[in-house]
Amino acid sequence: MITAYALIILPVITGVISLFISSERVRRNLLMIVAFVHLFMSILLCNGSVGELNGIWLGLDALSRLFLIITSLLFTGSAIYSMVYLDKHPHFNGPAIAGLHMPANSNAIFAACMQLFLSAMSLAILSTHFGLQWIGIEATTLASTPLIYYHRSRRSLEAAWKYMILCSVGIALALMGVFFLAMTTSSHVQHFTPAGLSLFSGYLKVEWLKVAFIFFLVGYGAKMGLAPMHNWLPDAHSEAPSPVSAMLSGALLNCAFLGILRIYQVCVTVPGAMVFANELLVIFGLLSLAVSGIFILRQPDYKRMLAYSSVEHMGILALGVGLGGSAIAAAMLHAAGHSLVKASLFLLSGNILAVYASKKVEDIKALLKTMPISGALWLAGFFAITGTPPFTTFNSEFAIVRVALQSGSWKTAMLYLLFLLLVFIGMLTIFMNMCFGKKGEREVDGSAGESFWQVLPPVVFLTAALLLGLYLPDFVRTTIDGAAVLLGGKAL
Amino acid sequence: MISPSSILICLVMIVLSPLLPGIINKTKAFFGGRQGPPVLQLYLDIAKLLRKTSVYSQTTTVVTRIAPFVILFSTLAAALLVPVAFRGAGVSFTGDIILLAYLLGIGRFFMVLAALDTGSAFEGMGAAREVLYSALAEPALFCGLLVLISETSQTSLSAIYEKLTAECWWQNPMTFLLIAVSWMIVLLVENARIPIDDPNTHLELTMIHEVMILDYSSKDLALIEFAGAVKLAVFSSLLVGLVFSGNELSLPLQLLAFAAAMALVAIVVGVVESTIARFRLLHVPKFIVGSGALAIIALILKLSGN
Amino acid sequence: MNGIATLLAISCLLLLGSSRLLVSIRMVAFQGVLLGLLPLFVAGSGHIGAAALILTITNIGLKSILLPWLLTRALFESGARREIEPFIGFGASIMAGVVLLAISGYIVNRLQSTAEISSSITLIAGFFMVFSGLFLLITRRKALTQTLGFLVLENGVFTTGLSLGSEFSVYVELGILLDVFVGIFLMGIMLFHIDREFDHLDVDRFNELSDLTVDVASNEEASE
Repeated sequence: MITAYALIILPVITGVISLFISSERVRRNLLMIVAFVHLFMSILLCNGSVGELNGIWLGLDALSRLFLIITSLLFTGSAIYSMVYLDKHPHFNGPAIAGLHMPANSNAIFAACMQLFLSAMSLAILSTHFGLQWIGIEATTLASTPLIYYHRSRRSLEAAWKYMILCSVGIALALMGVFFLAMTTSSHVQHFTPAGLSLFSGYLKVEWLKVAFIFFLVGYGAKMGLAPMHNWLPDAHSEAPSPVSAMLSGALLNCAFLGILRIYQVCVTVPGAMVFANELLVIFGLLSLAVSGIFILRQPDYKRMLAYSSVEHMGILALGVGLGGSAIAAAMLHAAGHSLVKASLFLLSGNILAVYASKKVEDIKALLKTMPISGALWLAGFFAITGTPPFTTFNSEFAIVRVALQSGSWKTAMLYLLFLLLVFIGMLTIFMNMCFGKKGEREVDGSAGESFWQVLPPVVFLTAALLLGLYLPDFVRTTIDGAAVLLGGKAL
Repeated sequence: MISPSSILICLVMIVLSPLLPGIINKTKAFFGGRQGPPVLQLYLDIAKLLRKTSVYSQTTTVVTRIAPFVILFSTLAAALLVPVAFRGAGVSFTGDIILLAYLLGIGRFFMVLAALDTGSAFEGMGAAREVLYSALAEPALFCGLLVLISETSQTSLSAIYEKLTAECWWQNPMTFLLIAVSWMIVLLVENARIPIDDPNTHLELTMIHEVMILDYSSKDLALIEFAGAVKLAVFSSLLVGLVFSGNELSLPLQLLAFAAAMALVAIVVGVVESTIARFRLLHVPKFIVGSGALAIIALILKLSGN
Repeated sequence: MNGIATLLAISCLLLLGSSRLLVSIRMVAFQGVLLGLLPLFVAGSGHIGAAALILTITNIGLKSILLPWLLTRALFESGARREIEPFIGFGASIMAGVVLLAISGYIVNRLQSTAEISSSITLIAGFFMVFSGLFLLITRRKALTQTLGFLVLENGVFTTGLSLGSEFSVYVELGILLDVFVGIFLMGIMLFHIDREFDHLDVDRFNELSDLTVDVASNEEASE
């Protein structure tokens, strides 16, 4: 249990310390160290305790294990990548505002906010109390906003503002949901946790539970990127620095999804609410797929394309959970797979940006020639993100469509495949344009994006995604199945 | 139901109503450090006007000739329906509230009609504004009445006001306070007082009520001025009945209390006129809708089982 | 408690209709004070516990003193004084506010039958504040008013929670407060930056990033 508290409190302390350290190198190294320590402790925590820890405030079950490991892993990768990134992109002097002198000229805010971000996410993942989880998720919004605004340009300011407002409004609505959820409980319920509420499922008032679920879905869904509340996602994820985008897409969206999953856990125990929740999840999932399919076609900016792809995959997650059965386990596997692949893609996009200094697809040609390693990885990432075998995303997406067909939801399956096809076509054109073709007139030096540390995290993540697709190790399988069972589903 | 004693009191109130604008002006003068016109000034003005001869514009029709009479008689009829001196109205029956509102409405309608009849742009502007403000202020009046009806479960004004006691105020202070404030604002709107309209302005572009009667002279103007004073008395008496209650007092005390309360209302209007500046025309609709909102809040408070 | 709820509703209406930004900030500060006093009156508590006191003081301190100070500083720096005529005019906003109030009353009426609500007036005020906060966010054009709308939204959620009788421990409530405070603080800081970058606080002109505009090819270099 102490490890759990440490996981949350340690990054806060080191984050605040980072604000006061004057040496940039020391700050960067501290970030790395914190990342590794966090990863180590997470693995320790997940292995050490068999079964579930159920506290009133913090707890560890299969769901939290899964998301915690993913988050920690991704953070380590981003931290490694940031070593080079911060080197190349020194922060420029910000003016003093309102008399408060932030440590300007430095990446202090970056390092500090990354660590606070990690801590907030750990809190959101590890907390069992609904109110505490809300605090964690809101804290992630607060910690990530300065990260989006790292480059201090007009576009990133606009993106940060939209992100801040839309996510905060969504999360405020989720708070309403939390209050409504509190209304469902009667005097029997002791703890305001998913386990605590599920225990007394017979005493819960169904109407209030349904209303609470709607608020949770809309509120946390806005944070997760479900359409039609996704408007901030393309802006924020494309304007943020690449390691931050990797974290946002790979880890933060999962955390928001966890928020929805926790109340879904309660809904599962109440039959009337479960059907209702499933319908809503399927609708939002398909809507997200549709929106992403439409906006990916002819998308001129490759980072925005990746962002819309995140919307798509969040839609797949919602759809998987909504379909029930073993699709839930598939959705859990997909969460892991998507996080790995998306993070590596965003980090690679950072490499490309470093070399070409442009986010437009039309400016980038013959990637395989100018940046052989990144180009190959970029192409591999394309196959991975669109669900091509042998990557793990194929397994999970296929499992979902199989469950859909087995349960007779033909229309859902058809729409699902249609939108996936749209996304595939859209991304295919973009990736092909970028990777192949003749070199442009500009002479670019590919080595700027190919240093060892820049390439290492994407390689690791993509390889992991590939290996998971070929063979699912036992500990992964048990975690995913355990998570599915918690949500009322079946094993893979 | 006709109550002769109340009719008598009502007639007295009508005769004494020109004192109210006089009190308002005296209050304003007090704030301004002046002596001000005498309290009986409106009587003197009416007497002066009656002596003069009328001049009618060439563009006007019979509407302008009959409008002052319609206005006066509708206002007098409305005065008969209003509870006076805590004793009930001269004439009362179920649903007399509606008749009251529409009698005042007829008066306003003919004033506007006559204003448009003159064919002058100033009057037209004033008429448009007057109609807008009255339309916005009606919900406030009606919501307040709805609350009172739901509180006392009576449908006749006299019966409602009979049931209103201090008890009601203590039980629902917020509701009644909101209605009182809202009705005060309606009083200011309907009688063209600051902060909606400045009765002393001489700039036609900024007038609302004054500009509509710009073309009247002598007897017509006298009738209209008198009707204006009666209208002020009608609204004041509505407000007084809401705020104060004197059912148990003896007749002389009731009369005295009522007169004092009316004078108090006039003084309050005078204070308001002296301390607040007139609102920009843009902001007046907001203000009136705000008062309507206050009344609706009171209604919601009442309906939510208080 | 009904009185406070009514005052909250009235202050919301005033916010909807006010075009002067300073008045709006003062009104939100006033709301903060009211909200701070609300836990002290929550039905059923004969004694005022330390927890409620802490909440009150924190609430008032943060929402009525610190945040308005920051937002006023941002306002003065930007030189803006009035809201630009929003998509729905001010007079129409008040009327819309009245409609929203009626809707809140109707919703609470329907909810009454399904659960015991300690104070329905406060719940109506809570819903109304949520609605008007959303309304302000959607229809106003200045970033400052959007921030105020968000604060009103949070106040409304808080009021709803109080009136539903949710008993969270002090820590959770404090955590929520802290989150909201930091959120608004960040927004305030961004207001400074927005004013510096864009020379205006008009979010309606935030349209550089959009997939629906025709000229996506902006002249700007990609942010490096």
